[in-house]
Amino acid sequence: MSISVNNVRVQIPYHLRNLARVEGELVLEVAGRVTIKSVLDALERRYPMLCGTIREHDTLKRRAFLRFFACEEDLSHQSADLELPAAVASGKEPFLIIGAIAGG
Amino acid sequence: MSKVRVLVGTRKGAFILSSDGKRENWDVSGPFFAGWEIYHMKGSPVNPERVYVSQTSAWFGQLFQASDDGGKTWYQPGVKPDDPNAQPQWPPVKSNRFVYDSSEETGKPLTTHQWYDGTQHPWEFKRVWHVEPSLTDPNTVYAGVEDAAIFKSTDGGANWNEMPGLRGHGTGPKWQPGAGGMCLHTIILDPKNPDRMFIAISAAGAFRTDDGGKTWKPINKGLKSQFIPDPNAEVGHCVHHIAMNPDRPNTLFMQKHWDVMRSDDAGDSWTEVSGNLPTDFGFVIDVNSNEPETVYVVPIKSDSEHFPLEGKLRVYRSKTGGNEWEELAKGLPEKDCYVNVLRDAMAVDRLDKCGVYFGTTGGQVYVSPDGGDTWKAIVHDLPAVLSVEVQTIP
Repeated sequence: MSISVNNVRVQIPYHLRNLARVEGELVLEVAGRVTIKSVLDALERRYPMLCGTIREHDTLKRRAFLRFFACEEDLSHQSADLELPAAVASGKEPFLIIGAIAGG
Repeated sequence: MSKVRVLVGTRKGAFILSSDGKRENWDVSGPFFAGWEIYHMKGSPVNPERVYVSQTSAWFGQLFQASDDGGKTWYQPGVKPDDPNAQPQWPPVKSNRFVYDSSEETGKPLTTHQWYDGTQHPWEFKRVWHVEPSLTDPNTVYAGVEDAAIFKSTDGGANWNEMPGLRGHGTGPKWQPGAGGMCLHTIILDPKNPDRMFIAISAAGAFRTDDGGKTWKPINKGLKSQFIPDPNAEVGHCVHHIAMNPDRPNTLFMQKHWDVMRSDDAGDSWTEVSGNLPTDFGFVIDVNSNEPETVYVVPIKSDSEHFPLEGKLRVYRSKTGGNEWEELAKGLPEKDCYVNVLRDAMAVDRLDKCGVYFGTTGGQVYVSPDGGDTWKAIVHDLPAVLSVEVQTIP
């Protein structure tokens, strides 16, 4: 049985784009189910310098000041195994990793 | 002619200030890692081109960076600097992975320390406060972290392991965070005894190992702290910084929360040498590289008001190893100065006429090329300075 591969659009914060040495939106190949976890796995595999910056090493717990949005929904507190909307899996809509707003 | 490279960590990035041995004209490069907090950066004494950086963020956590060309280019250990986008890059980067050792064999499952309300609280990694490269191997580096622990890397920062004997030696449950967190902020390597290291924690105190980090003991005898129930307790003291002249490693100078202290027996006992200081609260302390009895502090008004007395920024120098202090004012602000000088923000070079450097929370970095007699601002308007280190390059 073949495993489907989706091209998922991902937007990451400015500082993480600098760290990964990329510009603009990313497109990641995600094999199988498109979940928060599988997207982050693909992101870290492609850009391992981001390991530990979005979710903690080992526990994979989301860092407190980051949020996950998609299709105008806040998915931050959802299970990492939550299947993302079809529009994200199809590449119609991006998966957004957002830094909490703070001054100073 | 020798030159100096001043490594400045700030709230919003890193800067490198370079000059020749005259220390009159300066080149400023940076910001590197713009927008990130740079708690500390320090070069290897073995290979000055190797510089390590602690880069942190409330959003993205801890990162660790290094340079092999004196700060011109940077890389995360574990990522090839010349090929950052090679595919696939797997396994993941672990240079920012600081995991406490809680194994039965080594870490003795120590998982809690005293919290602000007196209860026990789990150890939680926050950031690296201080990086200390080995005196003999450019790929070996130590990291002092919050919550307090010491980690070691032997592969240039690519992988880190806790040295668990420190947290596990027995007093850990009595350590408590100061207002700035429970940080291990000072690491001093003994140049004459490779098995001896000193560290300091706020608010636990000073500790020493004599066996390369396997076992540690508190070295706080003589410290008195009124903010803890037993002012003479074995641990619980808020040590702000310790300094040593490498030529005399048994003599240590300490700026405690209040009190300036010295030890002549490698920390086994301490005596107060605050003497005639106008206030003995402060954060930084350092020792002249050529004169082991010449010591510098920056008096701060109090623990409630973290700025200089009367709005006058002053360094105080003792040429007698403490007790007798002289005010150094030439070139420093005479009025309306309400900055602080944080604990890792003073350093000395190793030129014949010792240069002294410090940075302020107002973004100034001052240099004295003549051992403190005169001062000049190298830069005025950086972000708040967290740390200053100096490399003296032949």
